[in-house]
Amino acid sequence: MFILKLLLKNAFRHKLRTGLTILGITIAVLAFGLLRTVITTWYMGVEASSANRLWTRNAVSLVFSLPISYKEKIRQVDGVKFVSHATWFGGVYVDEKNFFANFAVDPETYLDAMSEYYVPPEERKSLLRDRKGAIAGRKLANRFGWKIGDTIVLKGTIYPGTWEFVLRGIYRGTRKDADETVFFFQWDYLNETLKKTAPSRADQVGAFIEVVKDSNAAAAVASRIDATFKNSLAETLTETEKAFVLGFISMSETIITAIQLVSLVVIAIILAVVGNTMAMTARERIGEYAVLKTLGFGGWRIAGLIVGESLVITCSGCLVGILLSFPTANAFGKALEQYFPAFNVTLKTIYLDIGASLIVAFIAAIIPTWRAIKTPIADGLRRIG
Amino acid sequence: MQVLTDITFDIDEGEFLALMGPSGSGKSTLLNLIAGIDKADSGTIVVAGVDITVLSETELAAWRAAHVGFIFQFYNLIPVLTAFENVELPLLLTNLSRKERREHVELALSIVNLSDRTDHRPSQLSGGEQQRVAIARAVVTDPDILVADEPTGDLDRASAEEVLTLMDRLSHESGKTIIMVTHDPKAAERAHKVRRLEKGFLNDVHSQTAP
Repeated sequence: MFILKLLLKNAFRHKLRTGLTILGITIAVLAFGLLRTVITTWYMGVEASSANRLWTRNAVSLVFSLPISYKEKIRQVDGVKFVSHATWFGGVYVDEKNFFANFAVDPETYLDAMSEYYVPPEERKSLLRDRKGAIAGRKLANRFGWKIGDTIVLKGTIYPGTWEFVLRGIYRGTRKDADETVFFFQWDYLNETLKKTAPSRADQVGAFIEVVKDSNAAAAVASRIDATFKNSLAETLTETEKAFVLGFISMSETIITAIQLVSLVVIAIILAVVGNTMAMTARERIGEYAVLKTLGFGGWRIAGLIVGESLVITCSGCLVGILLSFPTANAFGKALEQYFPAFNVTLKTIYLDIGASLIVAFIAAIIPTWRAIKTPIADGLRRIG
Repeated sequence: MQVLTDITFDIDEGEFLALMGPSGSGKSTLLNLIAGIDKADSGTIVVAGVDITVLSETELAAWRAAHVGFIFQFYNLIPVLTAFENVELPLLLTNLSRKERREHVELALSIVNLSDRTDHRPSQLSGGEQQRVAIARAVVTDPDILVADEPTGDLDRASAEEVLTLMDRLSHESGKTIIMVTHDPKAAERAHKVRRLEKGFLNDVHSQTAP
């Protein structure tokens, strides 16, 4: 208790300096936490991916489609429970800045496959009854103020024209990391229109989604699906959902690497700030450490006082930074909702904040401790008075 | 640079010795050697039967904590701690319980007549009072030896007299061995013996009173 009291009193001896140091640590922890949250959000799809879902796409590239006729063949592959499909539509709502993901899907099987999306039964029935029916995520509907029954018009980019939909339902995520910003509608509507306007593009889908009976056998099922279409005109590549999402993320790997580097730079900045404060503190107190050594305090005890003070300062900044990261992430997430569907500070990020702060506290105290211990008592005492 | 040369002398238990001499004569260095703060290049220093020149840094720290009390010219109290907490500091190195520590601190502060100033910080005390707190800190562990480096050097005459009277009492009533470095002849008068250092050499003994 006495030592803790001494550490606190020592840490706040220079209130302005300690206050500014804590402020610096707070900002750095906040920045570090937000950068880590960006990375976590980027990988959110990977974390949220289901172990019992496989995705089958054209082996050449994701931009090439697959014939809908594959669906029945895939369904018959041993280990497949049922098959759904999704096609990237790429529609624009009013203006290009209003970006959100929109897909043409087979709604019945798609909603069964995506168990993390919950649509009330009445809305689901209503969607299935209406060819032009569509479903939007809760956050997306809130963003544009959509209500059930509203007509939503998307301007086609991949599929030219003006596409009208009627919002028949609003889904919500059953998990915290579920994406609530997706818009999807009946693939039949797209296909029937294409049959009239661009018949060569009809009866094609972007990717098939297979729900497997046993997630442990997913790799074997994937191999069997691809083997089915070996040497066909459109060979397939079937991956677990995790690998499929990682494939997307790898396209933006450079950005993620840059963010990771910046987060490391932030830690280096905290280290410099705390290191500077601790160096000044230890230099000013070299006489006091000499007095303590005279009284019989050994090297470990002196080290404990310096490291302890460094921990008090760093942990104070870390605590404030962590507490502020929640409202800041919330505001950040709201501002960039269209890019980051669920911008949440995870427990892992908090652990990283704490871990980084502890490492900084210890490293920043190394040189001051070494100096305090190595300075002869007589030299230290001479600096007083 | 050789600070002390061919110095051989004994100090009896319970003796109050004053070391005098001009600046740079090596008084403080000699005091630091006796107190185990500095290490001699050669020679032997035996205190209460222990050859402290062969002790490691850790052993020396433990030995100082148990056997030596320090009184400095500039008091050297920790400014963020109260008088009570400053006196309690050396006791943190003992196995005493919190209650026992409190009793020891209260006794030490009563000896120096500062029982009513326990919650005051050094900045709220006069120079004389600060030095008395330093004396309480020095005696709280009941050490065998008290070493004082210019204990009255930063005090006015009245405060210096108070401090010297206190040291006198510790010598006479508690039988503490006291070694005091001083420039002040009046302070030296309180000691049983005075020895002078000149350019690193120790001169003859001047006995003043019987120990």
